[in-house]
Amino acid sequence: MRYAAPTTTDEALELLRSDPDSQVFAGATDLIPQIRAGRPEPSLLVDLKRIERLVAVSHDNGTWTVGAATPTSALTANAEFSSAFPGLSEASGLIGSDQIQNRSSWGGNLCNASPAADSAPALIVNDARAVIAGASGERTAAAADIVTGPGETSLAAGEFIIEFLLDDPPAGSSDAYLRLIPRTEMDIAVVGAAVQLTLDGDRVASAKVALGAVAPTVVRVPGAEAALAGSTLDDDTLAAVSAAASDACNPIDDKRGTIQYRRQVAGVLARRAAQIAAQRARSQPTQGNS
Amino acid sequence: MTVTENPRTYKYVGTRPVRHDGLDKVTGKARFAADLDMTGQLRAALVRSPHAHARIVSIDASKAEAMPGVKAVVTGADFADLDPTHPEFDMAVNLMARGEALYNGHVVAAVAAVTAAQAAAAAAAVEVDYEPLPAVLTIDEAIAKGAPIANTTNRTLFSGDAEPSNLASVNEFGRGDIEAGFEAADIIIEREFRTAAVHQGYIEPHACVADCGQDGKAVIWASSQGHFAVRSKTAAALGWSTDRIKVIPAEIGGGFGGKTTIYLEPVAVLLSQKAARPVKLVMSREEVLRATGPAPATKITAKIGATNDGEITTLQSTMYFDNGSTKGFSALTGAMSVASYKLPNLELHAIGTVTNTARSAAYRAPSAPQAAFAVETLIDELAQRLGVDPIDLRLQNAVVEGDATAMGMPHPKIGFVETLEAIKNSDHYNSPVPEGAGRGVATGFWFNIGEQSSATVNLNEDGTATVVTGSPDIGGSRASMALMAAEELGLAVDRITPIVADTESVGFTDITEGSRATFATGMAVVNACRELIEELKQRAATIKSADVERVEWVDGAAVIEGEDRLTIPEITAMAKNTGGPLTATASLNAAGAGPSFAVHVADVAVDEETGETTILRYTAAQDAGTAIHPSYVEGQIQGGSVQGIGWALNEEYIYDSNGVMENAGFLDYRMPVASDLPMIDAIIVEVPNPSHPYGVRGVGETGIVPPIPTLANAIAAATGVRMTSLPMSPPRLLAAITGGADG
Ligand SMILES: Cc1cc2nc3c(=O)[nH]c(=O)nc-3n(C[C@H](O)[C@H](O)[C@H](O)COP(=O)(O)OP(=O)(O)OC[C@H]3O[C@@H](n4cnc5c(N)ncnc54)[C@H](O)[C@@H]3O)c2cc1C
Repeated sequence: MRYAAPTTTDEALELLRSDPDSQVFAGATDLIPQIRAGRPEPSLLVDLKRIERLVAVSHDNGTWTVGAATPTSALTANAEFSSAFPGLSEASGLIGSDQIQNRSSWGGNLCNASPAADSAPALIVNDARAVIAGASGERTAAAADIVTGPGETSLAAGEFIIEFLLDDPPAGSSDAYLRLIPRTEMDIAVVGAAVQLTLDGDRVASAKVALGAVAPTVVRVPGAEAALAGSTLDDDTLAAVSAAASDACNPIDDKRGTIQYRRQVAGVLARRAAQIAAQRARSQPTQGNS
Repeated sequence: MTVTENPRTYKYVGTRPVRHDGLDKVTGKARFAADLDMTGQLRAALVRSPHAHARIVSIDASKAEAMPGVKAVVTGADFADLDPTHPEFDMAVNLMARGEALYNGHVVAAVAAVTAAQAAAAAAAVEVDYEPLPAVLTIDEAIAKGAPIANTTNRTLFSGDAEPSNLASVNEFGRGDIEAGFEAADIIIEREFRTAAVHQGYIEPHACVADCGQDGKAVIWASSQGHFAVRSKTAAALGWSTDRIKVIPAEIGGGFGGKTTIYLEPVAVLLSQKAARPVKLVMSREEVLRATGPAPATKITAKIGATNDGEITTLQSTMYFDNGSTKGFSALTGAMSVASYKLPNLELHAIGTVTNTARSAAYRAPSAPQAAFAVETLIDELAQRLGVDPIDLRLQNAVVEGDATAMGMPHPKIGFVETLEAIKNSDHYNSPVPEGAGRGVATGFWFNIGEQSSATVNLNEDGTATVVTGSPDIGGSRASMALMAAEELGLAVDRITPIVADTESVGFTDITEGSRATFATGMAVVNACRELIEELKQRAATIKSADVERVEWVDGAAVIEGEDRLTIPEITAMAKNTGGPLTATASLNAAGAGPSFAVHVADVAVDEETGETTILRYTAAQDAGTAIHPSYVEGQIQGGSVQGIGWALNEEYIYDSNGVMENAGFLDYRMPVASDLPMIDAIIVEVPNPSHPYGVRGVGETGIVPPIPTLANAIAAATGVRMTSLPMSPPRLLAAITGGADG
């Protein structure tokens, strides 16, 4: 196994082209445990953390640009980012432990393509886009379109994510992410629920709801989104959000949780995340005022 | 906090010096077995059965032997052929299969090569032809009529039965008239309890290095709870005499009972002998979980009766403990551990089963936590039904000195009542239960043991001292040995170096188990010090030309005729001229181990929509007799509590239908992490053990007994749901809350 640490995206692309059995990595917090557990070693490992764009965070002209290899601890420590996207910051801050977060990245979390990746539902409800480097130049895709199944992505061989783009949320918006693990940290989500919503006065103007760990990929919950839109988050709405979230699950029975448990808890977390997001949005200036 | 009835005052005992091994441990300098590397050393890897039960038709290692770097391969055929009645037969078969693989993960061959990667590759290339056999995976399957036999070499202990069977042991005992006891009862409660197998979870995986010389002798560096036992077990597995083996203890990174047996050393010795090179063998975490030490899974039915006045009239229980593939840890100690109450009528059945799962091993107060889960849950329900305080009900029925244990012998002097009162008077128990939370209490105890220990105390030329024992230090015992020597000799603790010596440098010493090290080895240290003091007095008399009868030992000095003082450095400086080096040795088989009782209280909040339990506050009181080093007593109380909490809430062996452990890693084998726990408040109760010079009771094990029922009782108080199966994990608890059924 060889190791290379390019400093430009072109150099990285060239290295990837030079060896069909190469693999990129950022924090290696998924990669190393997987190799230790017996997954075949690639012949060339390409470290993305030395490329400046991949670890840069900026906020210009209403758009956040976050390098795909940026350690998640840099995001949770970024007060401006965390107040713009409290739920996404929260999701990023749940990964592993302090030590893990000094390494773990969104790019790795998403491209590892675990159904339980904590940042994925929160990236998706915030309409994050990924800027992808490839042999034929750069392209942009919705974060929601990256993962296609457990361990599978839509990235072509030799492609990698350079950075994520996030537009400033409209006024009166906020988000929230909740997950259930049997412990308080160092565990993998049994269920994760992200909600992003925008208020117009007392009413929800629009909402996005996504669940993790309850299906092969993150699932959006259109039923819950429709129930929330136009509502005042009354009890009937919240019950409908729960029911739609439970219904949207297509989980497996495994050592981490039964199908029934995942369905039940997905409903609970979606409802609670919606309430938290709304509460946060209420403390923001509403659309009408801006 | 300490609640003490201790009449004596001490100068060093009861203080909290920094442990002698502390700096090396926190700076990473301490050497554990896997840290050792020898010149020319090979690395070994093990070939493990992928089947839960299979006949080994043949093993072909020719491909492996031809691979780069490979120096030796061993299989069951290389090991001593022990008779199944040999006391170490099950241990020996467990570390290397003979004829049949008895569980998924059972070792069938081992390879040594120049690098670890070469060894792993060669192990994967060993071709084993298996004929799968029907597997028995659970207690229910083992005891079912017509069940296949899990292990044909197993005969039932205490049954006199000569046929192979799935029962490892059957014990039955009791007293009084069980029927009359139930007739006298106004309230009878009966429940069935289940607990999953759990692991000791020591942080250091098993590891050793073995170096076999041309003289046919082997040196082993090992991490264990008892290096003399490593020597005798290795000798038994190899059919060698003990003088051919020297075991040097490495630092140990936790054992909790799981390192009282061995898995690796005989394999490493044979590989080293074949290759004529030192061989290092280190398990991965996955191997540790798959193939070492779980504590038994259980199925326990218990029935209790009491009068409306709160007098417990009778207890009847049948306890199944699954030993795993061969006889591992016995059911008997579980049944014995229910004797916290005056039980005029008692009937206990303790049954060990054999299944095609990893062989069980001792785990901190072995088998007592599972039994306490059953009995202490029923006591809590009794208190609830009677409308009395659960501590008052226990005080009413608590055993005191002279009351019968489960086996009938009288309890010696014990501090159960004092420990109950310590919790009853605690700030925790007297503060209101937080809004929406539930409070639970439970108790537990452990007998503790004495056994054989040796100690040597050497005084150096400058009056400093070395205390040499044969007890591996798994919980701060070196510091306690130094404190006891300091107290006897009147020498400052930092002038004493306590060490754990190898099997050729100190007298025989039994395993550090049964909470015995500070009690029994400590007693050997005290005896050696007392002998040394006699010698010091003699030397002082010689120096001062005085009559030894007129010499007293006061505060670290010989006082002659009440005035002239000679300190230890003054005496050791003259040692050469007064008879040579000053040293003393003591050995004993300690009697009079004092049982230690514990009472725990917890406040928990349960999220009734997700089944998550949060522990808001936890207090544990335990009788230490005398706390030699209070910090390490508190550490034992807290550590035991935390292990019990993990067992209660999340830990479990999950097997698939083929007997493959599905969660062989710390991600899915969920031990508690620091953020899962509140500070565990420890209250040390001191009711001195009259059989120890300083009143010591072992404290290592009892702490793990009460947590499971403490949390189950707290969860019942918070939710109204009685959990009778473990773990009480969020999915199971939610199912019980929403379905009304038990998880
Ligand atoms: C102890 C521990 C606890 C954990 N807890 C959590 C948790 O709570 N929640 C959670 O979601 N995860 C958890 N994880 C998993 C892991 O930490 C996260 O998925 C993390 O975000 C991965 O980021 P990384 O940079 O380390 O990825 P890496 O290991 O570097 O890469 C992961 C995968 O993504 C690919 N990849 C990396 N970067 C890119 C890129 N820019 N473009 C294309 N492909 C890329 C790699 O080739 C690899 O296949 C835990 C891991 C450990 C070891």
